Amino acid sequence: MIPVAHILILSAILFTIGVSGVVIRRNAIVVFMCIELMLNAVNLGFVGFAYGMQSMVGIMFVFFVLVVAAAEAVVGLAIMLEIFRTRDTLNIDEFNLLKW
Amino acid sequence: MLIFFYIFGLLAVLSALGLIVLRSPVYCAMALVGTFVSLAAIFVLLNNEFVAAMQILIYAGAIMVLFLFVIMLLNLRAETHKSMHWGLAKALGVAFALGILAQLVGVLSSPAARLGPMGGYSAQRIADEGALHIVGRLLLTDYVLPFEIISVLLMIAVMGAVVLAKRRPPRHIEEGS
Repeated sequence: MIPVAHILILSAILFTIGVSGVVIRRNAIVVFMCIELMLNAVNLGFVGFAYGMQSMVGIMFVFFVLVVAAAEAVVGLAIMLEIFRTRDTLNIDEFNLLKW
Repeated sequence: MLIFFYIFGLLAVLSALGLIVLRSPVYCAMALVGTFVSLAAIFVLLNNEFVAAMQILIYAGAIMVLFLFVIMLLNLRAETHKSMHWGLAKALGVAFALGILAQLVGVLSSPAARLGPMGGYSAQRIADEGALHIVGRLLLTDYVLPFEIISVLLMIAVMGAVVLAKRRPPRHIEEGS
């Protein structure tokens, strides 16, 4: 039996790495991959709780998170394609049209 | 069993660090695939072959292939040294991320997070009935409304992607074509 606390702490570490990636990277696609990493870390947390509590609710949540992540990836990458066509860059520091 | 958990956990953390330090987007995508595969191995260790299979099929298969297609379609250059430069803002951001880590570890290792077995699905019962069987039955009974909503969400996502990524019609028609 793997201790549930260790699973949850691994999930927290992966989530933190994802947050740091979003902060320090400037390439929009890499930032997007870091968001996927954060979603996956939360999935690990759900599975860890489901394992510790002997429940299926966590597994169902993982199922829905997976589908939402897929939908998000599809729409986000389409938006990035369109941004690249108009701005010719994916550096998020240059997407400042909505700043004042 | 525990030693495998630590090995795959270490692999997942190392590949996740690779994701945020490697310069080329293609290498970053490969590092992320490494994290996904290690996490799938951990899901198998946690008696969840169903989630592990979905992880490999959807994340490592579908989503990462989509990312690689877009990276290659856009012909991105690796980030320059200047954009990887560490400024005060990034250092502060990482400091705040470490603060989040401290909070999460504090909450998740507190006694309140140790809930104990409350559901009725023991490892023995899951092994007897089959995880896929249980998930399928739950999807069509208790979770039928979220299931239907998620199918509508997927359809809208597909239509949105087509509308967004569609080439605009050219302003003038070329001669002879």
